[in-house]
Amino acid sequence: MRPFTYERADGLAELARRALQTGQGQVDAEVQFLAGGTSLIDLMKLDVLRPRSLVDITPLAAEHGTVELRPDGLRIGALASMASVAVHPGVVEQYPAIAESLRLAASAQLRNMATIGGNLLQRTRCPYFRDPSWTACNKRLPGSGCAALDGINRNHAVLGVDTSCIAQYPGDLGVVLAALDAQVELAGPRGARRVPFSTLHRPPGGQPHVETTLLPGELITEVAVPAGAWTRRSLYLKIRDRASYEFAIASAAVALDLDGETVRSVRLGIGGMAYRPWRAAEAEAALTGKPLTEANAEAAAEIALRDAVTNGHNAYKPELGRRTLVRALLQARAM
Amino acid sequence: MSGTLNRREVLSGSVLGVAAAGLGGAALGAAGPDAVAATPAAAAQGSPARAEIVLRVNGRDRLLAIDPRTTLLDALREHMALTGSKKGCDHGQCGACTVHVDGRRVLSCLTLAVAVQGKAVTTIEGLSAGDRLHPMQQAFIAHDAFQCGYCTPGQIMSAVACVHEGHAGSPAEIREYMSGNLCRCAAYPNIVAAIEDARNQMERS
Repeated sequence: MRPFTYERADGLAELARRALQTGQGQVDAEVQFLAGGTSLIDLMKLDVLRPRSLVDITPLAAEHGTVELRPDGLRIGALASMASVAVHPGVVEQYPAIAESLRLAASAQLRNMATIGGNLLQRTRCPYFRDPSWTACNKRLPGSGCAALDGINRNHAVLGVDTSCIAQYPGDLGVVLAALDAQVELAGPRGARRVPFSTLHRPPGGQPHVETTLLPGELITEVAVPAGAWTRRSLYLKIRDRASYEFAIASAAVALDLDGETVRSVRLGIGGMAYRPWRAAEAEAALTGKPLTEANAEAAAEIALRDAVTNGHNAYKPELGRRTLVRALLQARAM
Repeated sequence: MSGTLNRREVLSGSVLGVAAAGLGGAALGAAGPDAVAATPAAAAQGSPARAEIVLRVNGRDRLLAIDPRTTLLDALREHMALTGSKKGCDHGQCGACTVHVDGRRVLSCLTLAVAVQGKAVTTIEGLSAGDRLHPMQQAFIAHDAFQCGYCTPGQIMSAVACVHEGHAGSPAEIREYMSGNLCRCAAYPNIVAAIEDARNQMERS
């Protein structure tokens, strides 16, 4: 690991003073915020991230680490641990997909350490990104190419990719938040602002080393999930290579509001195969107002994956994605 | 064992006569000037300014002067001679380094030592009450819940937390909530049996 200085931030104002050097969305940022450290310290040991300075933001947890259930929605402090949100009774009861996505992620130790904000900003598990001995990685070395395109790409993305990067977003919670129309509250040198979660992660756009739309110095302070008739009947289905402690090879978030058999409203997220947290809006539209039959679910899944781009080893993903989505829809119907 | 070196003595440096100078850490107020000595290996790397920190481990405060890069795992093993916590993968994938920080199980290999100042760290060395083993330690012995033993300290620390969290209700739940601790010897059935047994004893006491 390369040398760095370590500082503790006791408040947002103090953070703002140091802020312009940071850039959470940039892989090569010289200053990085440290929260749970489960992604950051790992990538520093691998020499993928090389910050000169770490600013420990865990003291902010007292102010930005709580869970609040309001009539208009759920507020989760960005410094809350994954473990604490996963067992929060209100989240379990009213937003079960959120609790489930957290419970099925990582291990008990990692969930104790990792924060909600850090979880949303976790970096890809692409082995070519994580190993600097590979010279071609546009995410690590802008303009160097993408070794995964012709490489071992069994668990690379098929949705939202371009030829600059096919890395997969590995998170689970983000898939649910994309489906549930969440917003994120940001704090930074120019004050606070609130943006749709769906705009936080950037498409590769030829610049995959810029991963988010966070401005220099900005960090997530809160996640806001709007209330809706669909949140109680929601679930997260995760398909993986081993039964536990593994990233998804396919996943689906479904939130459903039914009028008898008819879909009044449905929210769909797809994980384990997309470049960023993915919402299947066209598939939602195709289901709305129709009875939730297996045939209609299959038709919607067809729409959700029709733009998938495969690169060899990941050719199985579109079919697995369709089946995962159909199964998740039928399970939500039975809730 | 008298007259021969055991592994722990070699690792801790206690037979090499360099315990105080070589370990860079000591109990507060007990060791004089050597208490904040640098390790020779780290000094040779031309590392940045050392951080002076106080770590509370197993109920004792220790003053350390460490490179900010030092993980909690390395601080325990290399600076405090607490070699019970094991380094398996060093990347948060195996669980061998599991310790408790403020009562919660965490991975010491992904935790910076400077970041746990003011928190209470408990390692496998702090689990027993003197010579009286913790019920989980006793249960691992009774159920033969290990072969090589390398993952065992992490398994036990994780298992104690698993019971305290209320996630040891059934074999299936134990398997799910212990999935962050890998055992290459595959002693899993016996580990699950040991945790069920210890859970019953911990709940009775």
